[in-house]
Amino acid sequence: MAEEKYILEMTDIVKTFPGVKALKGVQLKVQAGEIHALMGENGAGKSTLMNCLAGVHGQTAGTILFDGEVRENYNTIQALEMGISMIHQELSPVLHRPIMENIWLGREPLNRFGLVDHQKMYDMSVKVLKEIDLDEDPRTEMVNLTVAKMQMIEIAKAVSFDSKLIIMDEPTSALADKEVKQLFTIMRKLKESGKSIIYISHKLDEVYEITDRISVFRDGTYIGTEDTIKLSEDKLIQMMVGREVNELFPKVDCPIGDVKMEVKGLTHNRYFKDVSFTVKKGEILGIAGLIGAGRTEVIETIFGIREKVSGEILIDGKVVNIESPRDAIANHMALLTEDRRQSGIFPMLSVRLNMAITNFPKFLNKFGLIRDRDVKKECDDYVKKIQVKTPSLNQRVENLSGGNQQKVLVSRWLMTNPEILFLDEPTRGIDVGAKSEIHSLITQLAGEGKSIVMVSSELPEVMGMSDRIMIMHEGRITGIVENRKDLTQEELMTYATGKAGKKGA
Amino acid sequence: MSANKNILKFESAGSKEILQKYGIVFVLILMIIGISILEPAFLSSYNVFNVLTQSAIFGIMALGMTFVIISKGIDLSVGSVLALAGVVLASLAQTADATGKYFPNLAEMPVFFPILAALAVGALMGGFTGLLIAKTHIPAFISSLGMMTVARGFALIYSDGKPISTLVPSLTRLGGKLFGFLPIPVIIYFIMIVISAVLLNKTRFGKSAYAVGGNIKAAEVSGVNVNQTLIAIYAYCGLLAGLAAVVFAGRVGSVHPGAATGYELTAIAATTIGGTSHSGGIGTIWGAFVGALILAVLRNGLTLLGVDAYWQQVTEGVIIVVAVIIDMRKNATKD
Repeated sequence: MAEEKYILEMTDIVKTFPGVKALKGVQLKVQAGEIHALMGENGAGKSTLMNCLAGVHGQTAGTILFDGEVRENYNTIQALEMGISMIHQELSPVLHRPIMENIWLGREPLNRFGLVDHQKMYDMSVKVLKEIDLDEDPRTEMVNLTVAKMQMIEIAKAVSFDSKLIIMDEPTSALADKEVKQLFTIMRKLKESGKSIIYISHKLDEVYEITDRISVFRDGTYIGTEDTIKLSEDKLIQMMVGREVNELFPKVDCPIGDVKMEVKGLTHNRYFKDVSFTVKKGEILGIAGLIGAGRTEVIETIFGIREKVSGEILIDGKVVNIESPRDAIANHMALLTEDRRQSGIFPMLSVRLNMAITNFPKFLNKFGLIRDRDVKKECDDYVKKIQVKTPSLNQRVENLSGGNQQKVLVSRWLMTNPEILFLDEPTRGIDVGAKSEIHSLITQLAGEGKSIVMVSSELPEVMGMSDRIMIMHEGRITGIVENRKDLTQEELMTYATGKAGKKGA
Repeated sequence: MSANKNILKFESAGSKEILQKYGIVFVLILMIIGISILEPAFLSSYNVFNVLTQSAIFGIMALGMTFVIISKGIDLSVGSVLALAGVVLASLAQTADATGKYFPNLAEMPVFFPILAALAVGALMGGFTGLLIAKTHIPAFISSLGMMTVARGFALIYSDGKPISTLVPSLTRLGGKLFGFLPIPVIIYFIMIVISAVLLNKTRFGKSAYAVGGNIKAAEVSGVNVNQTLIAIYAYCGLLAGLAAVVFAGRVGSVHPGAATGYELTAIAATTIGGTSHSGGIGTIWGAFVGALILAVLRNGLTLLGVDAYWQQVTEGVIIVVAVIIDMRKNATKD
């Protein structure tokens, strides 16, 4: 064992909110120059602990020893000054201002007249960006950057504060594989220069790739800390959920029927070209590919959200004309969109209305009025059937956890009794427990003879769940393969990166 | 009203939340108690009906505004639309012997037809505002601001800038009382409250309004006909402005093309005080009723107490802002 020099020691941290004990006396020790993963299901207390550390809110009890000193009662600005930066999951840049103003926001260098010294700000920004090998003009407006780049700017900001400890809360949730690699390169560089990083993520493969040690939390308690290389994946999951999750991807083979939907030569003027595929009854078709490959756009076009240029869609052998989601729904399609908050839930509305919204036609009496009792009954049925954890149907859906919000959306679509389900990243940002429940639900639906088209950026998920896998690259289908036992992630990646054709020779 | 309680009450009723949810009602009750202690005449049945009558016109407009604001919109045009619908109504409902008659050769017709015309003008204007928003995606503020000016212009053009008066008794009777004590404007108002509450809570249209305001993208994906919903919402709001014109003409006995200037802001204020959120997706008809009542009680009470009219304005402004602050805090604590 190397010498144990801790930059951070948090002990017996308790945090109570009105009515809830979010942290029940937990500890966390982070060494200098290590990347330390924080793992646990949603609600385990990771974020609360990090918010205590970053000065967002003080802990109720317990001590924080950082950089050799006991730290008490500090706010986020003081945390930054003593060397703790936090990069939040949801970035909030000032979009229409340049990079440099975002980095130095609130501490702009001034000239002797007390006005902002833009030249100095520029020079300082160039230096900071160079430190993390980011080749961007500091004068570029933030709005022109990708989410990945914005995140890098946040890291640059942390570097500019000369932070000794950087907290990253699910930084990769919106990144493509290539961008993740870039982020990891920067993280390794920061580590070499002696900085410590606390890394929160739900993605096991990333945690194994980048972190040195893992601390696990569950229900506000500390479970343990292990060296990453010594901790098996099964053991880790067991620590997180407190029970053994036998199969993360409980795919059961079920009988596959006739072709349900056929897509022929579907073309969009910008995102994809000449997309043709079929999906059968009872089949799960996985769509893999890098971000930007056009996967989401394909299913959104089929569903009538985007306009196609050419191509046709056949259901049960008959051409159907779909110009809006209403047409798609009338053709017994359902779409669970990629971004739950943006195009899925109605945050401030009740669970009941969120579930019922697509289904009112069947709840109307002869005067066109809604039969509330029937709505309530059916919603209650789904809450029980797919175990939505909500205090009542009148709860605002925004107060539920991500996994339960997703279940509300699944209920909404299942109530329409769909025959073809499009699931776009159905388990993104959802904890392990809820994830496995949604996976078994998908399998069960396929078992009932429904056709399922599932887009996922997580290869293990695609490979674990699908009967066939279609891979896209830059708006074209590069391959459709049967999901064989010996199929490897590498093989899929050759399709996804567009190298499959050349390699074949 | 007890039969309609189910429709009018808020969707859920957790006992802890009652104070929070009905906070605005307590404000109203406190105001009523306070004013009636200082001026007992406030609670006389004559004055109570008076307050309700005074709230009827902008109260009716606030009902439509509730749909609009729930859908995350705003309608600045309702005051002007009232004026336009009003002059059209008045021009068709003058007595046969009126001097300077708008349509000199027009015979008196059943009052039903002029009323229908007023409602149609209102719904058409509102529907057009909605159509603009749905098709061009310009902000509702801009679309309705345009309509506000255009409708006022049309009202002036139509009437040549002059008031239209000497209206048939069957119309002016709508401003009077039934059985000698029940003001007809209040009856119309209450009927519209019930209809609006049913529309908002018991029909697909109402639920779609919530969905559009709650998350317009999600609404589209969920199969809500967003454009149709928007047009219907603004048409309904305009229709109620047309109905408000009927009540206005009934009470005043004539319609001036400059009438109801600024009424849109009173309607918006009443809706807002009643807890309808400008961030969309949140609001109730019941709230709009209470909000309109608070404004009417305030105006009437301050007048009874002899408060200077200019100070009344100041007080009204403060009340609006405070109500919204309370309302935002209520929503914040739910996170």
